[in-house]
Amino acid sequence: MLAAFLLTSSGLLLAQPAGPSPIPSIFDPHSTPAHDIYHLSLFVLSICATIFLVVFSLIVYAAFKYRHRPSDDDCEPPQIYGSNQVELAWTVIPILIVVVLFLASARVIHAVEDAQFPPDAIQVTATGHQFWWEFEYPKYGFVTANELHVPVSANGQSLPIHIMLLSADTDHSFWVPQLAGKTDLIPNRRNETWIEPHEVGIYVGQCAQYCGTQHAKMLLSVVVQSPEDFQRWVQEQKAPAVMSPQVAEGRRVFETNACMNCHTITGTIANGRFGPDLTHLMSRKTIASGAAPNDEQNLRLWVKEPDAIKPGSLMPAMQLNDHDQDALVAYLMSLQ
Amino acid sequence: MADAQPILPPMIISPEREGTRPMVQVLHDWIVTVDHKKLGLMYFGYGIIFLVIGGIEAAIMRAQLAVANNHLVSPETFNRLFTMHGTTMIFFAAMPLVFGFANYLVPLMVGARDMAFPRLNAWSFWMSVFGGLILYFSWVGGFGLYGAGSAPDVGWFAYAPLTASSFSVGHSTDYWIIGILVSGFGSIGTALNVLTTTFCLRCPGMTLRRMPLLVWMNAVTMFLVLVALSPLTAAQVMLLIDRYLGGHFFDTQAGGSAVIWMHFFWIFGHPEVYILVLPAFAIVSEVIPVFSRKPIFGYNIMVAATVAIGFISLSVWAHHMFTIGMTSYANAFFVASTSAISVPTGIKIFNWIGTMWGGKIRYSVAMLFCVAFLCQFLIAGLTGIMLAAAPFDWQLGNSYFVVAHFHYVILGGIVMAIFAGVYYWYPKVTGKMLSETLGKWHFWLFVIGFHLTFDFMHIPGLLGMPRRIYTYDASRGWEIWNLIVSIGVIFQILGIVFLVLDLIWSYFKGAPAGNDPWDAWTLEWNTTSPPPDYNFAEIPVVLSRRPLWDLKHPEDPDWKYE
Repeated sequence: MLAAFLLTSSGLLLAQPAGPSPIPSIFDPHSTPAHDIYHLSLFVLSICATIFLVVFSLIVYAAFKYRHRPSDDDCEPPQIYGSNQVELAWTVIPILIVVVLFLASARVIHAVEDAQFPPDAIQVTATGHQFWWEFEYPKYGFVTANELHVPVSANGQSLPIHIMLLSADTDHSFWVPQLAGKTDLIPNRRNETWIEPHEVGIYVGQCAQYCGTQHAKMLLSVVVQSPEDFQRWVQEQKAPAVMSPQVAEGRRVFETNACMNCHTITGTIANGRFGPDLTHLMSRKTIASGAAPNDEQNLRLWVKEPDAIKPGSLMPAMQLNDHDQDALVAYLMSLQ
Repeated sequence: MADAQPILPPMIISPEREGTRPMVQVLHDWIVTVDHKKLGLMYFGYGIIFLVIGGIEAAIMRAQLAVANNHLVSPETFNRLFTMHGTTMIFFAAMPLVFGFANYLVPLMVGARDMAFPRLNAWSFWMSVFGGLILYFSWVGGFGLYGAGSAPDVGWFAYAPLTASSFSVGHSTDYWIIGILVSGFGSIGTALNVLTTTFCLRCPGMTLRRMPLLVWMNAVTMFLVLVALSPLTAAQVMLLIDRYLGGHFFDTQAGGSAVIWMHFFWIFGHPEVYILVLPAFAIVSEVIPVFSRKPIFGYNIMVAATVAIGFISLSVWAHHMFTIGMTSYANAFFVASTSAISVPTGIKIFNWIGTMWGGKIRYSVAMLFCVAFLCQFLIAGLTGIMLAAAPFDWQLGNSYFVVAHFHYVILGGIVMAIFAGVYYWYPKVTGKMLSETLGKWHFWLFVIGFHLTFDFMHIPGLLGMPRRIYTYDASRGWEIWNLIVSIGVIFQILGIVFLVLDLIWSYFKGAPAGNDPWDAWTLEWNTTSPPPDYNFAEIPVVLSRRPLWDLKHPEDPDWKYE
């Protein structure tokens, strides 16, 4: 089994040339806290592998060497009751190993949990909802969902992202294995975590604490961009929603149906907070928290029959007639 | 003392089998019985039935996860399956199985005629049964929001606020609460009973330092039951108050705390692991010496390590909560306490190896399961050390790695030890030997299936697959591993079929066992197989830990060396 561990880890390390892998392996770290954990995990793994080899060999040796053989006489083997020296040895050595493991863990706990941030570090407030993620950038004053955009820390520049974790309903857990270990989002509690990605790309993760029916499709991705691309994205997100006269009919449908109770589109009267902010819906690659690609066909299906994409999600089937449905989808498609 | 001998009364001839009485009378006897042996067997049968039910639930989940984007079961059903699988296996399979062993063996091994409180014993058993029935009634009698007839879907750990009345509508969560509450009363009764039996009913000469290790380990287990089940019971009552009387202990929407529930649950939940694993250690500590033909290596330190595990296990609970954002100091403390428990556990593994060392090991099926137990429990302990390192746990926690880890503990450790116990004591219980051929089929099929399933289950966890998801996308690269894991289940099912065949076939056709088929050393082998209602015609007197060794080797008795 340990061999399987090593094969997997080394295989992944060798097989992935550059850019994040679509497989969120914990042995493929691309961010400072994930790196710290990765180094500790290799250390702990090697100690455990050594103990395994020693003790497993002892078991196999004893089991094989001291088996009863047909040629043996019938008398009982020497009756040994114990040995204090031996007992002392196999008490003290494990204690020493435990001390080493404790110190190594404590060091990484301190490095990750007690990290200090520069005052200008990027702040994000992540709020877990059944079954999607809300990301608010308080300094920039906008809200988005499910796809977290952050700048890369490269070329000697350190841009840590400090993430406040809240929950609107039940427990959730923020886990993007290549960037950091998981931290839970718990109602009535403020948790925090941080990432400092070193490589541009899209990193996938998902909710890691059972949160209800659609826990499985509460996916998330982190889009790591160059600082310039990130600033461009911020400017786009800060802009109010596009008001195109061609889709005024769809906007009317949106604002006169239940859509506006749950969703926000800045610049319109829709300011619900129960569902994701749709101001720049089409800037996102997926809908339903990563459950389906964000294209016209899926948007139509999602409005008409959400259970076809994500059964058990809290998005209701909107029961619109064909005309309203077409107009609404056209409007949503215009929210660049 | 030079010519001292243990006083072991002559064995009694087994009474005629009472096969001629009408069925209804036999059944009535079983229902009203207060005999610890019959209750022990009923615990065992009850545990096996729920083991099979919980296994079927697991098999359905594995079928769902075998391929990516599968649509075999709905997400609602899947969530119910893992909730019921976990609750069933812990409370209604593993606990009855280990309590069955304690019930049957503790009075026999201390030379007593029954438990201290036989009626309490019967009451405890029937409370456990009712608990299981209440929980399972929820499949037909519970109702939820949608799709009437619903089992609970809040996970076996039932984290707040998912259990609050606003998130869990209907009665399914109430069945979960009351089922466990009721069976918990039964467990506390059993704990009191076993402890009293151990401390008050030992036969003359059996000092605490001459008590068989099985009895010692069960005594520590029962202490843990008393201490650990109380917080769970309290939390269940608080949750009922929240749901029905407008309390706000765990109701986060009204200012309650989700974290308090976690503390309550895990301060029960972690000792619970040791409540299950210590009786498994107990079985292994009896079987390995007999088949190695040597006394247990380091009896005193085995007892000390057991007591140490008991104490330390009460201080490690928050390692289940490394990801909830505790301070770095709290995390460091629980890293230290959790790693510390590996020391006494390691001592036990070394002592079992020390017992085999220099022996003449006879590989009966019982001993094969013990060797498998040793190897698998070693790996379970080592993955436990990885999880104890909090930062590593931030990655591994709530992933399939953890699922693989604790199934290694429970199935690879506890259940394998229980199988060893079944093969070892079946002759005593029935008077018939189990078939070694069928037993070896059971052993190899089950071990192969176990390793296919749970060795490969570590890997998707390392690749970022979280627990409790009913489906996943093929792009994540988890599919091949999940397929192998699911294939292993088929082998395990076949193994269990061979076990059941063996149990039934041997009962009717097995070779007669005699009183002491393994040439063993503890008191239960000094009475007939099966033992009479009163266990011993005369209460025995012992001089050492191995009274039957003294009897068989008067030239070299144990008491000279102890």
